Amino acid sequence: MNRLISPFVRIFRFYYDGFSSMSWWGRRVWVIIIIKLFIIFMVLKIFFFPDFLHRKYKTDKQKSEYVLEQLTKSK
Amino acid sequence: MFENADLSLVDWSRAQFALTAIYHWLFVPLTLGLSFIVAIMESIYVKTGIEEWKRITRFWMTLFGINFAIGVATGIILEFEFGTNWSNYSWFVGDIFGAPLAIEGILAFFLESTFVAVMFFGWNKVGKKFHLLSSWLVAIGANLSALWILVANAWMQNPVGMVFNPDTARNEMISFWDVLFNEVAISKFLHTISSGFLLASMFVLGISAYYLLKRREILLARRSILISGIFGFLSSLLVIYTGDSSAKALAKAQPVKFAAFEALYEGRQNAGLVAAGILRESDKKIGNTAVNDFAFRIEIPGFLSIMTSGKRDAFVPGIHDLVNGNQSRGIMPVSEKIDRGTKVRKMLEEYKTARKNNDYGKAEMLAAMFRDKKFNEENFRYFGYSFLKSPDEAIPDVKVAFYTFHLMVMLGFLFILEFLIAVYFLFRGTLEKQKWFLWVALCSILLPYVAGELGWVLAEMGRQPWIIQDLMPVSAAVSQISSGSVITTFVLFAVLFTLLLIAEVSIMIRQIKTGPKH
Repeated sequence: MNRLISPFVRIFRFYYDGFSSMSWWGRRVWVIIIIKLFIIFMVLKIFFFPDFLHRKYKTDKQKSEYVLEQLTKSK
Repeated sequence: MFENADLSLVDWSRAQFALTAIYHWLFVPLTLGLSFIVAIMESIYVKTGIEEWKRITRFWMTLFGINFAIGVATGIILEFEFGTNWSNYSWFVGDIFGAPLAIEGILAFFLESTFVAVMFFGWNKVGKKFHLLSSWLVAIGANLSALWILVANAWMQNPVGMVFNPDTARNEMISFWDVLFNEVAISKFLHTISSGFLLASMFVLGISAYYLLKRREILLARRSILISGIFGFLSSLLVIYTGDSSAKALAKAQPVKFAAFEALYEGRQNAGLVAAGILRESDKKIGNTAVNDFAFRIEIPGFLSIMTSGKRDAFVPGIHDLVNGNQSRGIMPVSEKIDRGTKVRKMLEEYKTARKNNDYGKAEMLAAMFRDKKFNEENFRYFGYSFLKSPDEAIPDVKVAFYTFHLMVMLGFLFILEFLIAVYFLFRGTLEKQKWFLWVALCSILLPYVAGELGWVLAEMGRQPWIIQDLMPVSAAVSQISSGSVITTFVLFAVLFTLLLIAEVSIMIRQIKTGPKH
């Protein structure tokens, strides 16, 4: 069992040591990464960038009919 | 052009995409190139065991890390925009884009993310060779990620390897290899990554020049200039070579864009390449579009013909030939392409009606036509022209294409000269005394960014009106949303990206001023 756990513990310790002994710039960029990902995925994606077709139509058939309609509209 | 297309919506959606793509491209090329420079430096350290090389490697790796971290996920926003602002386009191409982008996601996540951690956390914890392998895998992984994005982009420039399914209103991939080995994709990929190598070399050269001007970190600066000078020079040659093959591919796939690069209106044999020139609007017109002529130009005789086909007497079609047609050269006029595109559109309408009326026999007959190779080659490939009101709408902005192309090329030659001068002075042992050159090198850090962005403006604006060459104009690709919401997100992005850029530049400047600590 210990043999099985050992690699995972070593990987965990590798990342743990890496993060805990990070330099000034490392800590600073991680803060920026976390804020940036939060803004991109939790604010922009949810509130400003819904999938247009997914929001309007439930099925692929409805989506294809809509796009076909758009593509065949007369000039 | 497109009945319900609100021009301000199209323009704002394009502006937003351009803004995010331009900002995204501020981070990417340095990652592509600096990763290789770091791997080369570390290889020298592992091979020689000289500790100074480890110190040099770790210093540039720090700057690589800052850029990599700040740039992470900025490209995701482009994918959001596809789904929200460009839904017709996204649906139309979905299956073609799905495969390359999925591969890109998996590669980027597993290869880069895993080995980036070893690169930064692994010093003195993993073996030297494993650490070196990780650095190389990060460099290769980052560049392979770019491959898949560029394959997707190249498909938009030269759509191949697919068939349109009227039932789903989507293009479906029939040959992954045709999409991957698309002539435009190969040359675009090599041209793009080599320009990233060049940019990173200039970055290393410029910062090393700063240290020499400040009379500190002399050994680091000299050795970094040696690597960046040679790597940059070789990359510059690769940029020229791949730029040439890229131009050859474009001459076939996007001849109007190619002619616009050179402001070539009347096709001719023995066509000269304009080395430099100034355009002015003439009294002539093609349709409603004004024709530009040259107020001044320096031309290399016959070189454009040689560039396109290797022969001096080869005919290079001009914008006039490509729009109005040239029967003797077998060039179809745009009016004919409009007719063929309109015919396809009518067939799509018939298909839609047949499906609505449950006339399965007719629907299947029409669907079979769309699967037919000959029909695709002779008709469907011109589908996008059915959205054009007049043939001159197929002409991109010639001034933008001409000036972006020529400025980019001029900068490219300036970079070669700078790398050569750097290596020359370094080998003569007089580099530290050449203050003028050190200042030039320092000030040149931004120029490859300008050249890279010009290249993208050229690639994307030069193919207008198309979002997918000949198949879909931008006006047909846009979602029917309010332009107000696009303007709001445009401002949000401008603020977000500017803050990220300020953060990157300030952290980077602080690290450069601090210098290597290890």
